[in-house]
Amino acid sequence: MTFALTTAFFDTASQDSDAIRQLFVYFLWTSAVVLLVVTGLVVYYSLKYRARPGQTDEPEQRHTHKGLEVSILAVVTGVMGLFFFLTIRTMLAIQDSPAGQEPDLIIIGHQWWWEARYPGSGVVAANEIHIPAGKRLLIELRSADVIHDWWVPALGRKMDAIPGKPNQLWMEARQPGRYLGTCSEFCGAQHAWMRIQVIAQPPTEFADWELAQRQKATLATTNIVKSGEALFQQKTCANCHAIAGTDAQATIGPDLTHLGSRNTLLTGVLKNTPENLGRWLDDPQKIKPGAHMPDFIFTSQEVEALVAYLESLE
Amino acid sequence: MKRMETVPEPTIPLPLVKSDRGLLQWLSSVDHKQLGVMYLLTALLFFVAGGIEILLIRIQLIVPENTFLSPDVYNQLFTMHGTTMIFLVLMPTLIGLGVYFVPLMIGANEMAFPRLNAFSLWMTLLGGLILYFSFLDGGGAPNAGWFSYAPLSSKNFSSTKGVDYYCIGLLLTGLGSVTAALNFAVTILTLRIPGMGFRRLPVFVWMMFITAMLILAAFPMLNAGLAMLLIDRQLNAHFFLPGSGGSAILWQHLFWAFGHPEVYILALPPFGLISEIIPVFSRQPIFGYRFLIGSGIAIALLAFGVWAHHMFAVGLGNPVNGFFAAGSMLIGIPTGIKVFNWIITMRSGAIRFTTAMLFATSFIIEFTIGGLSGISFAIAPLDWQLTDTYYVVAHIHYVFLGGTLYSVFAGIFYWFPKMSGRMLSEKLGRIFFWMFFLGFNLTFMLQHVLGIMGMPRRVYTYPDLPNFGALNLASSAGAFLMAAAIGVFFWNIFISLKKGKQAGDNPWQAWTLEWATTSPPRLQNFDRVPPVRSLRPLWDLEHPEDPDWKNDNAKQARNES
Repeated sequence: MTFALTTAFFDTASQDSDAIRQLFVYFLWTSAVVLLVVTGLVVYYSLKYRARPGQTDEPEQRHTHKGLEVSILAVVTGVMGLFFFLTIRTMLAIQDSPAGQEPDLIIIGHQWWWEARYPGSGVVAANEIHIPAGKRLLIELRSADVIHDWWVPALGRKMDAIPGKPNQLWMEARQPGRYLGTCSEFCGAQHAWMRIQVIAQPPTEFADWELAQRQKATLATTNIVKSGEALFQQKTCANCHAIAGTDAQATIGPDLTHLGSRNTLLTGVLKNTPENLGRWLDDPQKIKPGAHMPDFIFTSQEVEALVAYLESLE
Repeated sequence: MKRMETVPEPTIPLPLVKSDRGLLQWLSSVDHKQLGVMYLLTALLFFVAGGIEILLIRIQLIVPENTFLSPDVYNQLFTMHGTTMIFLVLMPTLIGLGVYFVPLMIGANEMAFPRLNAFSLWMTLLGGLILYFSFLDGGGAPNAGWFSYAPLSSKNFSSTKGVDYYCIGLLLTGLGSVTAALNFAVTILTLRIPGMGFRRLPVFVWMMFITAMLILAAFPMLNAGLAMLLIDRQLNAHFFLPGSGGSAILWQHLFWAFGHPEVYILALPPFGLISEIIPVFSRQPIFGYRFLIGSGIAIALLAFGVWAHHMFAVGLGNPVNGFFAAGSMLIGIPTGIKVFNWIITMRSGAIRFTTAMLFATSFIIEFTIGGLSGISFAIAPLDWQLTDTYYVVAHIHYVFLGGTLYSVFAGIFYWFPKMSGRMLSEKLGRIFFWMFFLGFNLTFMLQHVLGIMGMPRRVYTYPDLPNFGALNLASSAGAFLMAAAIGVFFWNIFISLKKGKQAGDNPWQAWTLEWATTSPPRLQNFDRVPPVRSLRPLWDLEHPEDPDWKNDNAKQARNES
């Protein structure tokens, strides 16, 4: 993949993250000066006013100096005032959530994966979030269970996904690319593997992707895929997962309609290969301990058939 | 030194555990000094437990995608580490030092309510033991983090009994803290020696007084929240369950309305300690006494108007975020004043770099780093990137280790001679200081970088992204260096208790009243106490030619002119 891979919020890719980076740079320089003054004075006084060997007489005692105290108060207050001004300015630039506007994308946090719903097209995807580059999108964040936090540093601020309280934020990627993020609120056993990938595509490419996602699942052709499809319905997979165009319509686990087209499995734990998918189906709790996928004790033939079926869903 | 003869010679030291009725004498004691020592021993016990927990965690994080610990065990360990260090180590340490030294510093022979004092200690210990009993329960220890966010802490998502142990354990230690605070407040209000007005109160005692007020106001919110959580879990109430009409955010408001004052509960006593130690070893009075006290009071009042800066990512909206950003920045002003007052106290001094002073001076720098990184959470847009990352982990450890724990180490090196009658080894003390200093900064300075690079906190493992592995490895190495340093410290205490140099009453030529009695103080602290006419009664005694109570500059510093 030739896309930029960024995690740090210094590699900014949106006007919001630019604004935050600018503020952080001001903050860093000011902190560096303050720390230099404090450390410098401590070291300087430590060297200069060290007791001479054998010194027993007490130095002249200094209890207070009103002018000095007032100057300290004034300088510290001034620095804080300046940062308060900068803070409010940046907060206003990043904007509050606009009331009443329809979101472009709804993201729902689950233990431990992300669901993405595109209200405009009706597309439902999981974990790999495709967006059109160069467009400022209004995102709505919800949670299906506990509190999660949506954080893609390069694209802007983080925001909690809270059950019972939908939140909104603006998100934008100036350039096409793959932007990494992660859940940033402790949400239980697999918080560590609740990674985020935002795939920003040029608008036409995104439109193609959206169109492809709207298609129903590809029909099974070979025998092994057919038997996998039958197993999927038999083995209660459909109680949790949806595959558009089939009887499986549940929304508890990730939508699998286009699983074959994703780069990774399990919110970033594994690369999406048939071997890895097979390992997961064989023993889910070994791959992602604590995940809500039960161990179905499939035979190796069943695993093979299911893998063939799921990977054919592109 | 003539007037010092009014203080009796050492006669009977504290009872030894070995003597007949020795252990029973300790367990049934209502003596504030024995209780103070037992508070410190309680803290020590849990310090070892919390330390082992964090070393296991740091082993797990040495390499990416490590499988040394399972996610569930990891989550139990970091939950217990945070809960232990805050509620069972730092709180009892500071309360213990207060219980031991507040009466001595105000010329009293006891706390106001000696039996309540014993009750507070045993409640704290009982709460801690109940919390730790959870490890023996089949389901394991609590695993929802030390702030147990709803609804993760609800029965649906934490079905083991861990969170119940958390609620009950913390309710009991909370009870201990509230009663201890009440005891401090009444002691300081009523048992001060005649002459010791609030303008002549040692800074440490002042800070303990303010801390007591903070505890009395803040802990009821935690205790109420814990009771509600317990009712949710055991009696199926719905306080924090959004699915059935409750609010997950309510828990956060309750917890942080306690939680941020708690930060100052753990910071003000250290400010007091540093304000006692730097003057004594600089041979200068504390600079700007009234500004220090005033800024302590300001911090305590502002502490109740900043809690939502823990919640900037919750989506409370800009008006609320702006208010709490302003409150949080305001609290930086009195804190900054304190830092510069300590630095100026060193000016024109004759500084003696004992181990206590090494910790006190490096406290100034480490605490400044923690304070500065704290400001980046008051700046709401920076918080929107940095909250819940390793940058926060670095920040809280610069405040609680570089701040609170450094001051405790300084305090122990300063007061150990008074408590035991023997000096700690300065040589071992120096080795300890430098090892700890290096380990501490190695571990936590790098964690700022990890946070900026996008590593969230509370993850049992992390993907192999560029530099994540190397930085975590170095961070773990620092943690083990700190552990080795603690080993040197324990050895120092052990060997010094046996063979340490005799301390005498006042080995540091300090100026507050605890140094006017024997080391260790007898059961009844004082027969007579030198007259208190200023902040430094023992200075006045030794320098009749220039006592503070005649000195205009000193009077101005105390606002007595």
